[in-house]
Amino acid sequence: MGMITNVTSFGRSGLSDWLLQRTTAIVMAAYVVFVTFYLLTNPDLQYDQWLALNSHICMKVLNVLTVLSIAIHAWIGLWAVLTDYVTVRLLGPKATPLRIIFQLGMILVTLVYVIWALDIVWGI
Amino acid sequence: MVADFPAFISALLADIRCYIVNKKRPVNLDIGTIQLPITSYVSILHRVSGVVLFAAIAVFLWVLDASLTSEESFNAVKECIGGTLCQIIIWASLAALAYHMVAGVRHLIMDLGIGETLEGGQLGAKIALIVAAVLIVLAGVWVWA
Repeated sequence: MGMITNVTSFGRSGLSDWLLQRTTAIVMAAYVVFVTFYLLTNPDLQYDQWLALNSHICMKVLNVLTVLSIAIHAWIGLWAVLTDYVTVRLLGPKATPLRIIFQLGMILVTLVYVIWALDIVWGI
Repeated sequence: MVADFPAFISALLADIRCYIVNKKRPVNLDIGTIQLPITSYVSILHRVSGVVLFAAIAVFLWVLDASLTSEESFNAVKECIGGTLCQIIIWASLAALAYHMVAGVRHLIMDLGIGETLEGGQLGAKIALIVAAVLIVLAGVWVWA
């Protein structure tokens, strides 16, 4: 049972997932607080200024750290949701293939997000 | 003790009977029929907002992409943010983000050992709902002001 439920989890261990969920949350919170503060303090933001900010190496690093955090955090979070609700107990025997399809779809979307974000951030 | 032996046996039998009877008591584990506490609603909303945010990432990435591609697309984003449909999508995304962050910070605070009792958990849940509601209103003011 443990093997079956853990094969699609991110860290392959609850303790590892627990720690990663919190470290990635702190990275994303730092990003959200910084960008919100920046946008609030620059209400008439112009393209050149916005481009300059996102071209700075520190902002590039923060952007990449944030999208990697989103990927890990979403993987762990959606794994928890799917393994709780798309279950044989709630949906019957079709639940397991359905859950695997959802999980693989979620992983695919997550990878597309990461590649798209890296292209945006490193393309400028 | 020897004189009490039959009494001891009958007491033991009564205990065993009681145990068997209690084991057969009906147990209701159907979560759909149980009234949920406030902490459950805060937890379920944390999950719902998380799933919503997974979709909202596409919106945020689209905005980031368009805002950095060229001056024209940057201005197009600014113009779009002035439209009602765009404003509703952005406000809904910000609302999910605000709620999810507040509920997440509550988790981090509880990880530090604060508010882990039954009363503490319920108080924390109420505070989280109030703080999130205030932030969601402020996000609306930001989008529409």
